Amino acid sequence: MADTMQFDLVSPERRLMSGEVTSVLIPGAEGDLTIMANHAPLITTLRPGIMTVEGEKGTSQYIVTGGFAEIGESLTVLAEKALPREDVDQETYEALVQEAQDAYHQTKEAYENEPGPVDDAAKLLNDMVAIGGHIGLSPKQPNL
Amino acid sequence: MPSLKDLKNRISSVKNTRKITKAMQMVAAAKLRRAQDAAEQARPYAERFNAVMASLAASVGGSDTAPKLLAGTGQDKVQLLIVMTAERGLCGGFNSSIVKLARSHAAKLKSEGKEVKILTVGKKGREQLKRDWGDAFVGHVDLSDVKRIGYADAQGIAKDVLTRFDNGEFDVATLFYSKFHSVISQEPLTQQVIPADYESATDDEAPKDQSEAALYDYEPDEEAILADLLPRGVATQIFAALLENGASEQGARMSAMDNATRNAGEMIDKLTIEYNRSRQAVITNELIEIISGAEAL
Repeated sequence: MADTMQFDLVSPERRLMSGEVTSVLIPGAEGDLTIMANHAPLITTLRPGIMTVEGEKGTSQYIVTGGFAEIGESLTVLAEKALPREDVDQETYEALVQEAQDAYHQTKEAYENEPGPVDDAAKLLNDMVAIGGHIGLSPKQPNL
Repeated sequence: MPSLKDLKNRISSVKNTRKITKAMQMVAAAKLRRAQDAAEQARPYAERFNAVMASLAASVGGSDTAPKLLAGTGQDKVQLLIVMTAERGLCGGFNSSIVKLARSHAAKLKSEGKEVKILTVGKKGREQLKRDWGDAFVGHVDLSDVKRIGYADAQGIAKDVLTRFDNGEFDVATLFYSKFHSVISQEPLTQQVIPADYESATDDEAPKDQSEAALYDYEPDEEAILADLLPRGVATQIFAALLENGASEQGARMSAMDNATRNAGEMIDKLTIEYNRSRQAVITNELIEIISGAEAL
């Protein structure tokens, strides 16, 4: 029996999940990382991706679009937007990609001569598109 | 002296009014429950967020490289007041008490020689402020089509505010909204959102957070996380204020409509007594006429 830790997934609108889990795979800004009990305290930002939660009752997956995670005694993920994987269909997914694409174009216009923020937005968009491949939805190719 | 028919008409019109206010009260009660639920659901996020921000702010805040959103522009010359009110009236003193607070705040700032800009959220506040502060309006957010306030609405407002801040349109932004205590008590409040004021917001927990803060690793690094989170913090604060405001509005409307229903009831009682008296007077009058007519024969 593996050790468990307290895990909370909250979005600004509601608490999506709260309970004891054995491990959580979170899409960190600088790479995926799996958190298990007694992880060193860490605060990291998230990139758009899939979060996999392994608990005693089985595995559940969530699509997150960004936010941050706080790892201490317990793990708290504060997601900007989080959707259970089974709730994401082609339509929702396309809306998410479209949102990322709009943000990218807006950034491009706002920072014409600064590559930094534009590259960041492009990365977000690419991450968003990559999710589609992982969950078996055909991603619409982004228009960069 | 109004005729019997007039009285009857008045009674029936007051009865109709009572039906309407009663219905509005019940609708407000149902909406209040939903608004309170929404506010409750949003609380864990805001609490965790503020705790993390407070510890981050404590470790980065002192340095010279602290982002402008946290440290401010170093000035307070141009003040942006974000006045949040309801889209609809008939909710007692809810809108006017927020507007009153905003007005006195604006007047105070002006007398100190500062420039005041006003961003209104909600139609009612805009209407009330237009006469005195119409020139100071820089924008308006219309939420009348929004049935249920979502985080996206708050993000929209936050984006607008942040763009203005990036363009250097103001130095300090303050929210005006009403905090929900109970159905009969809502308190208009001010809250400074830019530069962010996390230390005072979590005063009780501050010592605990600081001892914890030293232990955390940060990925990427503290500054990058802070730069990422501060704009979200503005949206989170606006969202929390919108939800508080929503609950306060329904609470205020509920008690206002409860009063109105009770008043209508009292009025109906009074009018009914008057109606009965004048009907009796008419009957007595007729009897006297008949009797005196019979005596004359």
